Amino acid sequence: MSVTDQSLSPEQIRASRNSKLVFTEWQIADKAFYGLLGVVGLFILTAAIAFFYVEHHGHFVTGMNNQVVWGMPHVFAIFLIVAASGAANIGSLGTVFNKQEYRPLGRLSLVMAMALLLGGLAVLVLDLGHADRLIIAMTYYNFKSIFAWNIMLYNGFLVIMAIYLWSMMDRGRWAKKLYKPVGYVGFIWRFILTTGTGSIFGFLVARQYYDAAILAPLFIAASYVFGTACFILGLVFFYKFSKRALSQSIQNRLRYTLALFIALVLFFELVRHLTNLYATEHHGVETYILSGGDKITWLFWVGQILLGSLLPLLLIWLPALQNDQRAFLGAAALAIFGGLCQLYVIIIGGQLYPVVLFPNASTESNFADGSIATYSASMPELALGVGGVALSIFVILIAAKVLRLLPEKLANE
Amino acid sequence: MSNLFDSYRRQFLGGLGMTAAAVTLAPGVILREVQAKPDDEAVTNKVRWGMLIDTNKLTDGGDGMVAACKKEHGWGNDPNASPAQQSQWVRKVTFKDKLTKHETSLPVMCQHCETAPCVDVCPTGASFKRADGIVLVDKHICIGCRYCMMACPYKARSFVHEHLENQQPHSPRGIGTVESCTLCVHRIDMGEQPACIEAAPPKAAVFGDLNDPDSTISKAMKKYGGQQIRADLGLNTGVRYWGI
Repeated sequence: MSVTDQSLSPEQIRASRNSKLVFTEWQIADKAFYGLLGVVGLFILTAAIAFFYVEHHGHFVTGMNNQVVWGMPHVFAIFLIVAASGAANIGSLGTVFNKQEYRPLGRLSLVMAMALLLGGLAVLVLDLGHADRLIIAMTYYNFKSIFAWNIMLYNGFLVIMAIYLWSMMDRGRWAKKLYKPVGYVGFIWRFILTTGTGSIFGFLVARQYYDAAILAPLFIAASYVFGTACFILGLVFFYKFSKRALSQSIQNRLRYTLALFIALVLFFELVRHLTNLYATEHHGVETYILSGGDKITWLFWVGQILLGSLLPLLLIWLPALQNDQRAFLGAAALAIFGGLCQLYVIIIGGQLYPVVLFPNASTESNFADGSIATYSASMPELALGVGGVALSIFVILIAAKVLRLLPEKLANE
Repeated sequence: MSNLFDSYRRQFLGGLGMTAAAVTLAPGVILREVQAKPDDEAVTNKVRWGMLIDTNKLTDGGDGMVAACKKEHGWGNDPNASPAQQSQWVRKVTFKDKLTKHETSLPVMCQHCETAPCVDVCPTGASFKRADGIVLVDKHICIGCRYCMMACPYKARSFVHEHLENQQPHSPRGIGTVESCTLCVHRIDMGEQPACIEAAPPKAAVFGDLNDPDSTISKAMKKYGGQQIRADLGLNTGVRYWGI
């Protein structure tokens, strides 16, 4: 029993247990709602300008080059895509794992999942050299490419989540019948989707920091962290703004779910780095990432490990901070920051380290062979990446306003 | 023992002489080996085009070959791109062995792998291998995702970062697409050799059909082998080297 509910009499608790869940649209004054949309819309507009600017001039206006071919937009895009899969986990907990407490949160979970994926895909597509050829990506398939599979996995995810959401919200016979099966399909699909996203890097033999099967489970674990953290922020935001009650019990569940997955990511990272450190061929890249001394090393140790993993764990498990909502929200925000750092280290760090052509020799050329490349994100790249996040938020805000996503109260145990 | 050693040495030097003679003759021979393909005839896998570069004879370390490629295809001087954003179809790489301190320079370009990672990862199939082993990019269906650049172990691919004008008619380059060494496919189809081969120092590079046991390149490689960069990856490259 949580602290909040201890103040209720047994009769009140029983009454609240028996009360039927009532889902309503997000009650917010028009002025506040449109103001909020306007602010978020500004970021989207900035991203649109950034896209047209790069599209018009070419990628020379970005910080990306022929050594670091994927930059800041990819950090944001992959974060959002991976987070999408994790955000849908709350829905799966209710449907697949029969956790009744999570069922009322399923609708918001799925809407957030779809919105995050849309934001991520938008960034990914708008950074293409030829975003205008999107139709080609949809009509020409090389089935040996994990990228091609991912295109299908992402599109399929949106469709499955939409049907899953309908099965949750509609009271019809068919919707009720489909609720469980679609929930299972969604759960398995998510698993494959994140495996596919991790395999984008796992399947790369060329670069020293990739080419490892462990990247797939690492991405799955990371998806739970990113998704749960985003969901926590979203849920608390909506409940705070509509002055609805959010039980301590559900917050605690989410808090420990987040902690568990942060620990799991740390475990996979530990195994990955220890394996690399054991193999002589990977000593170079590990030395660079772990102790190279440039921003990548800082982002790894301070960003990902200290601020993004250990501090959230502390905020969650420190007895003095139990039931402290600010600590809870801080942990979620830090986990998101840590996730962005983690992806920056993997995506950018992995490319900054030179491709090894001659393993037993020191190498040099006029094209960064044998030396660490340089990369710093340009404003258009940052604007595009942040615009993806803004697009996700925009969709979530509108969905919460027009759809009955959230129960009036989540105070019952 | 010393006689045995001498005998080995004589065999080795004799073989080297023979090959040197073959390679010296190569330009003339190759003009007959590389037959022009009629335009209406499909490319077949009866041939597999390849290249052998002897780094010991590359007196300039490959500079001449790089310059010839730049001139032939018009890359490397894009007006707005930063040095790291300039295309690099072929580059001169110098490596020094950590133990022996022996230094070698060589040109590194698309190695025209038999099982090319860039072809595997391309989502649309824009990155493809022709039946005769030449790995190319179909610029019409390349969406510019750059996954092939992430996948290439030789860093042989480049992304065009800006609008280009006055391109070489035989080698179109397009903004937002990926490009790399074409093995001068436009020349091969006309029965000529790649530009870099013609520009290489005497006896330093030879081009030909790896499937033809009687071609100069096949004979030379049969006798002395042909090393691959990152042979551990098992890609069976079409570009081979001596002295690496």
